[in-house]
Amino acid sequence: MIDFFFLVPIAIGLGLAGLASFMWTLKSGQYDDLEGAAERILFEGELGPGSD
Amino acid sequence: MSCCAPGAELCLHQASPADDEILLASRAVHDGLRQTDLSAPDIRCGGCLQQIETALRRLEGVAEARANLSNRRVRVLWRGDVPPPLIPTLRAIGYPAHVNDVDAGERDEVRTQLLRALAVAGFASSNIMLLSVSVWAGAEAETRDLFHWISALIALPTLLYSGRIFLRSAWRSLKYGRTNMDVPISIGVLLTFGMSLYETIHHGPYAYFDAAVSLLFFLLIGRTLDHVMRERARQAVGGLARFAARGALVLRPDGTRAYLPVDEIEPGMTILLAAGDRVPVNARVLKGTSELDHSLVSGESAPQQAFEGAELQAGILNLTAPLTIVATATADHSFLADMRRMMEAAETGRSAYRRIADRAARLYAPLVHSVAFLSFLGWMLATGDAHRAITIAIAVLIVTCPCALGLAVPMVHVVAARRLFDQGIMIKHGSALERLAKIDVVIFDKTGTLTAGQPRITASGTTDADTLGLAATLASHSRHPYAQAVAALGPDHQQITFDRVSEYPGKGVEARRGGNVYRLGRPDWAASDGESADICDATVSFAINGVGATHFRLDDTLRTGAPEAVATIRQSGVLVEILSGDREQRVRDIARQLGLTWKSNARPSDKVSHVSALKQTGKTVLMVGDGLNDAPALRAADVSMAPASASDIGRNAADLVFLRDSLEAVPQAIAISRAAHALVRQNFALAIAYNIVAIPLAVLGVVTPLLAAIAMSLSSVTVVANALRLDGRVQREPRDSHRAAEPVMLGVLK
Repeated sequence: MIDFFFLVPIAIGLGLAGLASFMWTLKSGQYDDLEGAAERILFEGELGPGSD
Repeated sequence: MSCCAPGAELCLHQASPADDEILLASRAVHDGLRQTDLSAPDIRCGGCLQQIETALRRLEGVAEARANLSNRRVRVLWRGDVPPPLIPTLRAIGYPAHVNDVDAGERDEVRTQLLRALAVAGFASSNIMLLSVSVWAGAEAETRDLFHWISALIALPTLLYSGRIFLRSAWRSLKYGRTNMDVPISIGVLLTFGMSLYETIHHGPYAYFDAAVSLLFFLLIGRTLDHVMRERARQAVGGLARFAARGALVLRPDGTRAYLPVDEIEPGMTILLAAGDRVPVNARVLKGTSELDHSLVSGESAPQQAFEGAELQAGILNLTAPLTIVATATADHSFLADMRRMMEAAETGRSAYRRIADRAARLYAPLVHSVAFLSFLGWMLATGDAHRAITIAIAVLIVTCPCALGLAVPMVHVVAARRLFDQGIMIKHGSALERLAKIDVVIFDKTGTLTAGQPRITASGTTDADTLGLAATLASHSRHPYAQAVAALGPDHQQITFDRVSEYPGKGVEARRGGNVYRLGRPDWAASDGESADICDATVSFAINGVGATHFRLDDTLRTGAPEAVATIRQSGVLVEILSGDREQRVRDIARQLGLTWKSNARPSDKVSHVSALKQTGKTVLMVGDGLNDAPALRAADVSMAPASASDIGRNAADLVFLRDSLEAVPQAIAISRAAHALVRQNFALAIAYNIVAIPLAVLGVVTPLLAAIAMSLSSVTVVANALRLDGRVQREPRDSHRAAEPVMLGVLK
């Protein structure tokens, strides 16, 4: 039973971390231009979408 | 001639909006910066983004420029009172652009909200599912209780956060005394959660938290896809060039000039209308003569002369020379506004259509709820055990939860919309697809819909290269649409210089070279010997020293694919006819070429009454049109389509907009909608078949949470897989991936 005290919070915490990072990517506009992002990687000197 | 549309016979010139227009269409953001959104349809690669951003950032006053490849837009932040020369700069590097509406560029809040709700539901359902698996695997009572409690803790916030989308919509529809699909969904989810919570508190063995949350998750997927599809269409349509005037240059009594938004123009104000601008409000010509293009307003394809005292309707395009006009009505009382009012009136006849999913929900919800209630009554009478009876009734609700039904329609529509998108057709609403599948009459407008709007030119008389070259060079000195058509005939870069060229508005162009006088223009003006047979039906003549040499005739050209489209539509057993505002003779010519019945000289109200009359005889009507004058009829018809070159108001009125030149988009859209309709019905059949198996099991009380979870996932996957078959059902044309993404270059004919 004692294992649950560690394992369940760890499992849920990992899930929450994933959720939080998704929310962050959404908020910083990383889904605004999916096609463009794929192309921009080929060019130098480009800042991310949140930079402006 | 920077931007020839492929295959066009006349060149389209991008209208370059004045600085004032950019200023008017921009909005202030923080720190004194202003934001302008531009649409640049030619952005196609990462290199384009790079080039555009570098070029724009170099301009003085530009603080930030960011190009977007997905929706082909450029967002520019700039400071100062005068906007930097954004559009000329973009055009110079090969990306013709036009101003976008400011609100169109804002971030899509609903999509963000849906994605957040989806992410939360995804997180919750995966975690609860993990816990549930260990319960199903036979956890001990203590562990099971603990896991149920953790599940409840995760499920409650999810229900509030992700579920509110359905709860709110269900509440709204109940408030107006209707039911939609969200009502049974909300009832099912809430009851399931309530019962599971009760079970958890009383240490029961079965809790259905996983069912409640994964139901939300599946349904949110459908909802999000549906929204993304509509948003994509809206953006693609919103990114097309505007045809209505945003503002106008007003000459004040004290001699100063000001660029005012259309709403602020009042009767009596003097407006300076440059060549290439559209008339902003109803007006009368004070000074000047010019040629006017009525095609978007009345459907007449031949340019007409404007002279002092002529009355102009809002939306008419001034082609050749600047005019001074005086406003005779405010924007609210102009032609455009009349059209809007007629559209609203026509709209009321249409709201009677109920979406297939809502109709299904109206049958489905009472049926399911009464089955659940009856099984509660039955078990109550048979055993007298209230807890057991309630548990079984809720199990019935869970297995019949309209998960598959909720996905059945949106999934098919999303796949269909993507197929349409690949063909360059934007669909604004899923219900248009349902209505399109049922049409039995197609009505085409002529000008700009069946015809390309760019006249084809045929020459008679002396047609050797030298004479044509002379005529073309002379024509290139004028901006008249006919002259431009003649100019396009000539060989490129011919070096002929005339001594003196002068243009006579309403007549033509005259030039001298050596001792000769060349004239190109109205036959009776150009050639003094204007008696020969050729001249009679000629539109433009080229004369040397008053002797007619070459005569040009301009005919409406059919839009590419028009004959094929009409033939395909007729083959499928649909009636096709032409309804045009143009003159009888021009309509007849086109109708004969296509072998169609026709009606000419139709005013906007005639068009509406014709459509309504057809509808009253029980027909379902598809209207295809582009002009302002078509807009009310587009609204009145059951479903409507417009080309990308349509007027703004026409594009907004239409349910579908096709971006490619070819009219074959119409039969393609009909075929896809029919295939989609068949699949929707199949999906309903699948969902019902699944219920027929599941309901007896639930009523008998043998459904466990494990069984419910399996059944739910299985039915959803079946329905989604069936929807994906649409790709195979509609015969694939050989696809050119580059062309698929390419919208037609738009511009304003000058």
